[in-house]
Amino acid sequence: MKRLATLLLAAAFLLPATAKDIVYDGAEPLQPPADTFMGMAVGVATNSRGHVFVYTRNGDPGITLGGSRAFARGGSSLYEFDQDGRFVRQIGKQVYGFLAAQGLRIDDQDNIWAVDRYSSMVMKFAPDGAVAMLLGRKPESVDVPAVQAGGRQMAGAPEASGMTSDLFEGPADVAFDKDGNIFVADGLGNARIAKFTRDGVFVKSWGSRGTGNGQFHTPHSIQVDAAGNVYVADHGNGRIQVFDNNGVYKRSITGIGDPEAICITRGPRPVLYSSNSNPADDFDHGGDITKLSLDGKVLARFGRAGKRLKEFGGVTGMDCRKDGTLWLAESANWRVQKVTLH
Amino acid sequence: MKTMLAASAAVALLLGTAPALPQAAATAAATAPDLPYKAVPGFFKTPAGDAMGELQGVATNSKGHVFAFFRGPRTRLWEFDQNGNFVKEIGKHYYGFLFAHSVRVDRDDNIWTVDEGTNVVTKFDPTGTRVLMIIGHRPSAALGPEATAKGPNPPDGKYTLCRPTDVAWDPQGDIFISDGYCNNRVVKYSPDGRFLAQSGGSKPGKGENEYNLPHGLQVDHQGNVYVADRTNNRYVVLDNNLKWKTAYTNVGTAWSACISEGAHQYLFATNSNPNGNPQGSWNRTGQIYKMELDGTVLGKFGHAGKLAPGFQVVHMMDCRDPDQLIVGEIESWRMQKFVLSGGGAANGNEGSK
Repeated sequence: MKRLATLLLAAAFLLPATAKDIVYDGAEPLQPPADTFMGMAVGVATNSRGHVFVYTRNGDPGITLGGSRAFARGGSSLYEFDQDGRFVRQIGKQVYGFLAAQGLRIDDQDNIWAVDRYSSMVMKFAPDGAVAMLLGRKPESVDVPAVQAGGRQMAGAPEASGMTSDLFEGPADVAFDKDGNIFVADGLGNARIAKFTRDGVFVKSWGSRGTGNGQFHTPHSIQVDAAGNVYVADHGNGRIQVFDNNGVYKRSITGIGDPEAICITRGPRPVLYSSNSNPADDFDHGGDITKLSLDGKVLARFGRAGKRLKEFGGVTGMDCRKDGTLWLAESANWRVQKVTLH
Repeated sequence: MKTMLAASAAVALLLGTAPALPQAAATAAATAPDLPYKAVPGFFKTPAGDAMGELQGVATNSKGHVFAFFRGPRTRLWEFDQNGNFVKEIGKHYYGFLFAHSVRVDRDDNIWTVDEGTNVVTKFDPTGTRVLMIIGHRPSAALGPEATAKGPNPPDGKYTLCRPTDVAWDPQGDIFISDGYCNNRVVKYSPDGRFLAQSGGSKPGKGENEYNLPHGLQVDHQGNVYVADRTNNRYVVLDNNLKWKTAYTNVGTAWSACISEGAHQYLFATNSNPNGNPQGSWNRTGQIYKMELDGTVLGKFGHAGKLAPGFQVVHMMDCRDPDQLIVGEIESWRMQKFVLSGGGAANGNEGSK
């Protein structure tokens, strides 16, 4: 308790005088089925009924050696839990595009959207779990050992940033506006945002690698507010960039560390949560989560990197559908934590 | 380099032995008495139609259940009861299992695994159904090739491991990890998994506070750390803050260390015969030494051999009860139980007989 008080005190010094302390609890309520472990949970999202969905790297990712090429398969799972954390079902068990889980979001119609970093696909599942729409195409084969951060040559994809198609390279996250338009942070290999209509028709693409306004360095997370503005967690540049619905740069939010997961609440008075996620090789800095107004004013800040509950390890996915509740997928702690804000 | 040589010379002087050579003879072999021991053949009953592979890790919990961590078609963790009957498999398709190296059980019966394929140390609850903590990071296949002993390795990070080998705890619950095949260090973490200190680094060496393949470690009740510094053929003793105390260089190849429980603790040290059975190697290696914690050799037992009860590259031992040893071997794909007598005063441990 003393330690917590010290922590909060320490955090308070970093904040403007108006920022309030936040009292919060952490819990790990999700119960995977017998003989199943959460693994490296990367994406988490809730639907309108309060069910919790997790897209995680677990199981055995495998490579099959062909005559001249190697083929990658498996390695990630999508689970649904009820509002009490009880396991409901596994979705997409035999899906071709599940290789390395990255992002997970649920839209207003309770469709489930899984973003896979390695297959470079954005996969939409209907609420019943059936594949509804696919963006991108999984590379046919992989190089062994894998190509080091050089992008994918194997699918014959054109040189990265800004390409006018749905061929992604390491996509990280997906978001929707009220009309159902789709925005993909194509993010970990590319450095662009791609916009599609609700039917998956390519509309436009913006951004390139760099530090200027409208440029990105690992755009990791994306959200759209009720007015259609697009918020991009420009992780490597330590800022959230805000664009209008057509990708015109409006402003940047800074002073929040390196945002890796962001979430905008619903309802009449939305707020923005941003996680200054620590990388897996550093638990001694960062890890804090900032609560902001949509115009970028810091309202509160809480937490730090660590392996205990109420501490955070490499938050990659964040859900804030329910007021006062955050679901966090912690890729460096291999768990999903439910945070209740008081 | 000069200081390193000077340091090892100083150690050699201190201990009155010559510097260790590759596959150094266990100089204690000539004088150490043979301890009477008896194998318990067929003690472990594997499920029909299934098989164990290379036995990298063996451990017992407080109830006498035995855990076997091995490399089969997948890396697997099996639990047996105190009578050697199969209980269950733990961690089937767990993301932290790729290439087994060690399993240990802490004083609260939590099960810890060390996997040198995923570079992750996992703390399971006593039932093996829940992951309580991980240390380390499994790189995604999407991020490129994983570090190997031969490839370029990332520098030693506080929270990332490079083919880690073993885990142990002091009485306060602090965590010690030997790391490993591509780093060459011992790392200390708080019970919450926060980095506290390390000895050694990414580069191998043979001086003080240097290691060359730290392959296993144990901690005694006083918090001293015993490191099996394999390629240097020595057991290194560190204090609780990882400050160098001494090294034992007279018991051979130093693959694995085990410290028994009870009021009087003993150190068991393997002089494992090397992989591949080079000609003549069985004459120099293969036995296990029983020692006092201060390095006094009490005796030896066992020998290299393909057939039970011979040892075929001992990788790890459990010695919770110093009179009942469980030994895991690599090249024979087996786990054997032995009853040992003699060597040291009657230990008076509860439940030791």
